[in-house]
Amino acid sequence: MKPDRLLQNAGGIGVLLALFGLWAVITKFGLVSPVFLPSVGDTFGALLEQAEDGSLGRAVMGTGGRMLLGFGFAALVGCSVGLLIGLSPRARAYIEPSLEFLRPLPASAVIPVAILLLGLTKTMIISVIVFGSLWPTLLATIQGIKSVEPRLFEMARTMELPHWTVIRSIILPSALPDIFAGLRLALTVSLILAVVTEMMSAEAGLGAMILLAARSFRSPELFAGVLTLGAIGFGINAVMEFAQRHLLRWRH
Amino acid sequence: MRALILPCSVIALWEVVGRSQVVQSDQMSRPSEIAVAGLAALSDGSMLSATGQTITTALVGLLIGSAIGISLGAWFGLSAVAGRLSQISVEVFRPVPSVALIPIAMLAFGFGYGMGISIVAFACMWPALIITQAAVREVPGELMEVARVLELGWASRLFNIVLPDAVPNLFTAMRLAAGISLIVAVTVEITANPMGLGYALVVAQQTLHPDTMFAYLIWIGLLGWLLNAGLLQAQSRLFGRWSIAA
Repeated sequence: MKPDRLLQNAGGIGVLLALFGLWAVITKFGLVSPVFLPSVGDTFGALLEQAEDGSLGRAVMGTGGRMLLGFGFAALVGCSVGLLIGLSPRARAYIEPSLEFLRPLPASAVIPVAILLLGLTKTMIISVIVFGSLWPTLLATIQGIKSVEPRLFEMARTMELPHWTVIRSIILPSALPDIFAGLRLALTVSLILAVVTEMMSAEAGLGAMILLAARSFRSPELFAGVLTLGAIGFGINAVMEFAQRHLLRWRH
Repeated sequence: MRALILPCSVIALWEVVGRSQVVQSDQMSRPSEIAVAGLAALSDGSMLSATGQTITTALVGLLIGSAIGISLGAWFGLSAVAGRLSQISVEVFRPVPSVALIPIAMLAFGFGYGMGISIVAFACMWPALIITQAAVREVPGELMEVARVLELGWASRLFNIVLPDAVPNLFTAMRLAAGISLIVAVTVEITANPMGLGYALVVAQQTLHPDTMFAYLIWIGLLGWLLNAGLLQAQSRLFGRWSIAA
């Protein structure tokens, strides 16, 4: 790392620390009641306590597990169905408008429907997460295939390449950036839905934990939970960014 | 025309299966019943007042959030130092899922508009910030040189040079944020806040009125679709001459 780059990062971290410092100052002088904003020490104390008695680990496992299960299923279905729809212009003409109608629908709005049909069960949670993160992957895959350079198809036809080779060496590489953007969005959606469904069903996890803490005015635990969720969001983002840079290296 | 075949056949199949008594359930209802329940909710005003509450939350949150996002984005974009120093903090706070703030907003504001608006504003702030920052940074260097030669103050530099150049991208930011605002507003209502369309949906589910519930779900879908389509239309009408960054 070059020295000026190091200096920039140090400055950026300094700003971040200053923001935490501002938080500490606000609580220190009691500018905001500790019921609403706990002190930094209390928050990290609660975080440590939860980490020690294992409740934090269980909550993270619960939320993260359901999130990844739903996301994985949605990614599998979304990419393969998207490939099928994207490859056939006829299927696209019939199905795409309906998908476009469903795209802006808030995924959380199907939670009441899922609760009515499936009850407050794990199946309900997983199906809501799958439903919500299916659209971004599906639509992005279709979009990616649509944007493949048509001349590449012509070339494949003149070279009489077999179907599977066309998919593997022409369609997938050029659709990958779009698919990846869709997967990234889907992962964000699945974390949000995992939290929201927990809040509504009280299935053990971070969402239920922070809602319960807020209802009983235990703000240090609440902020500890929110910090953990923020860290998970940050981690997901970092992993996806790394994977994107790694997988799409050849583009740059 | 072909676009309508799939939804129409799904609705018809649903109606037929519902009528055929093969599936007997209190938890489902037929499209015709849903239409009746939807019309009833529309005519007694409950659906419209809920819509008003949700749209107010979404709109006020959108305005506050994008105002903050655009100002911060303009600042970070114009000043290279501010942009570099803020980068890590933005990267740390942006991925915080907005729904994680629901309990905090509940403590701070109690139930009501304040809670929904604050969360919508948080969620809308990030796309506005990121896109504005990128758009401002892409303002051609020649224009900035002109501003320097004319010795414009930062305010006139912002309003006369930077913003006109960045407006099409800002509209894209607003369009994305508007979609997010409706989604977040409904989500907050479903999860915790007893008002608006989201809450109406939950009440219909808890009182075992699947017809009303589906009517509200379809209504929410329609609103989201109309919002999206209307803004896209407006964008191509207004900025069709510019090339639009998706």
